[in-house]
Amino acid sequence: MTQANRLSGGQIDHNTALEFTFDGKRYAGHPGDTLASALLANNVRLMGRSFKYHRPRGPLTAGSEEPNAIVELRSGARQEPNTRATTAELFDGLSATSQNRWPSLAFDAMAINDRFSNFLTAGFYYKTFMWPAAFWEKIYEPIIRKAAGLGSLSMQADPDEYDKGFRHCDLLIIGAGPAGLSAALTAGRAGKHVILADEDFRMGGRLNAETFAVADMAGADWATQTVAELSALSNVRLMPRTTVIGAFDHGICGAVERISDHLVTPPKGKPRQILWRIYAAQTLLCAGATERSIAFENNDRPGIMLAASMRAYANRWAATPAPRVAIFTNNDDGHRTACDLHAKGVKIAGVIDIRPDAPRSRDYEVLQGAHVTDTKGRLGLTFVDVRLADGTARTIECGALGVSGGWNPNVHLTCHQRGRPAWNDALAAFAPGGTLPPGMSVAGAANGAFSTHGALKSGADAARKALGLKGRAPALPRAEDAPVAQTPFWYVEGCARAWLDQQNDVTVKDVKLSYQEGFRSVEHLKRYTTLGMATDQGKTSNMGGLAIMAELAGKSIPEVGTTIFRPPYTPTSIGVLAGRMRGKEFHPTRLTPSHYWAEERGAVFVEVGNWLRAQWFPLPGETHWRQSVDREVTATRASVGVCDCTTLGKIDVQGTDAATFLNKVYCNGFAKLAVGKTRYGLMLREDGIAMDDGTAARLAEDQFVVTTTTANAARAYQHMEFVRQCLMPDADVQLISTTEAWAQYAVAGPNSRHLLQKIVDSDYDISNEGFPFMACGNITICSGLRARLFRISFSGELAFEIAVPARYGDALMRRLMAEGEEFDVTPYGTEALGVMRIEKGHAAGNELNGTTTALNLGMGRMVSKAKDSIGSKLSERPGLNEADTLMQVGLRPVNTSDKITAGGHLMRAAGPVDAAHDQGYVTSAAFSPTLGCMIGLGFLKDGGNRHGETLRLVSPVTDLSVAVEVVSAHFVDPEGARVRA
Amino acid sequence: MIINHPLLGPRDSAEFVNLGAAELMNRPDPETATPEDWHDYAYLRDNPAGAHRELWFHEGGDRSILIVTRDTTTHEITAVELARNRGQRHDPGK
Repeated sequence: MTQANRLSGGQIDHNTALEFTFDGKRYAGHPGDTLASALLANNVRLMGRSFKYHRPRGPLTAGSEEPNAIVELRSGARQEPNTRATTAELFDGLSATSQNRWPSLAFDAMAINDRFSNFLTAGFYYKTFMWPAAFWEKIYEPIIRKAAGLGSLSMQADPDEYDKGFRHCDLLIIGAGPAGLSAALTAGRAGKHVILADEDFRMGGRLNAETFAVADMAGADWATQTVAELSALSNVRLMPRTTVIGAFDHGICGAVERISDHLVTPPKGKPRQILWRIYAAQTLLCAGATERSIAFENNDRPGIMLAASMRAYANRWAATPAPRVAIFTNNDDGHRTACDLHAKGVKIAGVIDIRPDAPRSRDYEVLQGAHVTDTKGRLGLTFVDVRLADGTARTIECGALGVSGGWNPNVHLTCHQRGRPAWNDALAAFAPGGTLPPGMSVAGAANGAFSTHGALKSGADAARKALGLKGRAPALPRAEDAPVAQTPFWYVEGCARAWLDQQNDVTVKDVKLSYQEGFRSVEHLKRYTTLGMATDQGKTSNMGGLAIMAELAGKSIPEVGTTIFRPPYTPTSIGVLAGRMRGKEFHPTRLTPSHYWAEERGAVFVEVGNWLRAQWFPLPGETHWRQSVDREVTATRASVGVCDCTTLGKIDVQGTDAATFLNKVYCNGFAKLAVGKTRYGLMLREDGIAMDDGTAARLAEDQFVVTTTTANAARAYQHMEFVRQCLMPDADVQLISTTEAWAQYAVAGPNSRHLLQKIVDSDYDISNEGFPFMACGNITICSGLRARLFRISFSGELAFEIAVPARYGDALMRRLMAEGEEFDVTPYGTEALGVMRIEKGHAAGNELNGTTTALNLGMGRMVSKAKDSIGSKLSERPGLNEADTLMQVGLRPVNTSDKITAGGHLMRAAGPVDAAHDQGYVTSAAFSPTLGCMIGLGFLKDGGNRHGETLRLVSPVTDLSVAVEVVSAHFVDPEGARVRA
Repeated sequence: MIINHPLLGPRDSAEFVNLGAAELMNRPDPETATPEDWHDYAYLRDNPAGAHRELWFHEGGDRSILIVTRDTTTHEITAVELARNRGQRHDPGK
């Protein structure tokens, strides 16, 4: 395991070896390495295959802008596709696999695509898969989907945890290069709360990759010293391994911190990653710059990389892609790479500089005014063809080529609120434009200050300005201050298959085709060629494409314009966005106080909103849910049953205007309701449609307790607050939701009073005379426990609802079961509750379905004309009051063994079955053990006048057609004698 | 987004529920309004590209309803006030 291309020095620990595998082969690297740097040190240049043509590829960069070196990390359930080898921190035991190749990276059968590249140009899919149309779904789409994408998913659940967190600061500094460090020092020393976030595991940015001195020491050492000073300041928080992925509204930034990505598995109790929401009063973007490439024929072979990245590998990671390298540049920066690599003992085969007056070197040959015209080497660079200034050709042997076309400020996050970068002539690049996200400023290379001194100064200045710091500016450490000299040069004359976007395989030829075919605006260019639409968002490629389009159109680059970047800055795992909201934790689960009692009884639970409610309580021997539900209904109607109705919304309404307020929100009247009485109330929306129903119990002159349905509890409360605060702000009325404060149980059946008399304290008379139907009151039970009792019935039986403070709910349920033994008390769940309410003809959510009015529900006369209430005016509209309007009815099958299905539609006994002849529809259906057949509730045109008529219940989808009779919705006790017993 | 609550200071908008346009506060006078007034109130909303007055209910907070003036193109918030300070002044007895 020799590391043939390992150099000396750098910021890696040469004395410690880390073992890792790539495509099953074992290699060694050192702490401080990335996967890419370790592979290069091991003389591995080939790391992936391109998306479309399956061309062999190696790393183009040394950072998060990487388009090529994309691998699958780890294996099993932790397998993570599309991970950039250039940012993956090496750890002992890391396993990586190449992707988008078959059967192996070195021999990829799909590389045949490269031979057909003349057909697979931009727009290939649009042109080829147009016809025949029938082929699309069955043939084309499956093939394309199979070929698309790079890595593969493990198809297993992620075993790691992800978390979310919130942080606040005066100044968030994004990027810890010279500008960011300088800004953090300035703000930190001034005592401001600072967060300094950097995506790298080592802070310092380009200082780690350069050989410049800062304050007369190595730049990397100055960075280390500065980070040490900052970490000693309690008001500064350093967040390495943290990518700020988006700049959102009002100074809120999203950031992903990789807590455990550099470890084999996360330490116990630690998450893999954390998504931070950072609230920053000011944000300073110090994201640096990205080097841009030059397009030339076959410029994508493994070994060809950006020159400054090659320099970073040598200086920081002590690795070179090959022992013999060449440089192709249009500016002085390429020469720095040659100089630094030469100093590290790497052989410089030549510096090819397009400038006729390029500076010469004593250490290596500089080919002035020369261009790279082509390259060779199937799985890695072997030769470059050069056209010299005098037009003669020359071939240079080298294993790597560093390319430098200048630098682009990294403007990504400045675009997140639709800010457009502006062309800067002095830089010959797009720089942050006039409209930045509010509260954001930009410093350092990201703002065009490319020299080290420029970055240090602009970082300090921007921090002072953002925070309004007064006084003399602090002295800056001494650093190089080379002037910016960039001349645009985008591609070598005559090239065609010259790559711009290496990840999506977009070439110069594709851009020309896009122009020819009329897709000339930048937005069209992007979509037609897919330039910049890969996972790297074109960080290294967009500029070249735009520049070539501008040239073809005979326009300047600023005239052509640029596309903008969107969050996230780098690909972000779905896991970290979900955080802990996975599986059952997707939403909160609410349990009623007697939940564990129900669990002990073996209840089957159903989710109702966030609540878990007992659906039925199976007994030993019951094998079908209907057996349990039928038994619960029968037992309740015969003796007594208990149902947990804690989940109903409960709203306490208090104040001298409480009755006036309820008069406004309910369509029926409440002003004259006596203290100690309860009334059913129907709430309408302002457009006259029923919104929610429930009861209001008047416990005192100025206090009502309102109940809402479980599902609408939050919505009804919102609505009531709207009426209170926005429509009746002067009324003396206060609302509070007390749903969680009270545990409430329905005690129903002919023996319900007998059961309750055993626990209600003797001071309270609950006889029919002392506590008649619809009575309510504060009572005490079990020798002094405060409780509320309501004589209301959803089942149609003699029934009560009793409420106790939530912490007594479990005890009350157990007491009711114990005291009720002599009556064979039966707990019942939501299914039996539903059956009994259908038998009684009570509307519920199925009937209050957002399309029905009080009239439809058979409660038209309830809408008071004596007062104004929400929805009263618009419910008078003629359209809602036509003669044949839908009315709630009951339905039973003519043949009692027939099924009634909710959702089915009603048709006349004879005649066509179609929408034009629709008579209505069924909303609720259940088997009624009381009647011994299925029954239903539904809405029927003019239903009030059609009792006795026979109709057909149809469901064409399920081939259902059943004869049903229209009956009163009150199947059980239509006179209401039982509830008043 | 951050909403600067008049009583509680800056709060994350995730604590709030948007209840729609602030015009909902201008409920027609039931004594005098025409059917057209009711129709407009129930169904017609402006959809401006720019300043928009809207109601935000502090459901995860003190339950105040706020009138927030927000630019729909930039999300800039230029004014926040308590709805109950601006609500209709109806005679509660009516």
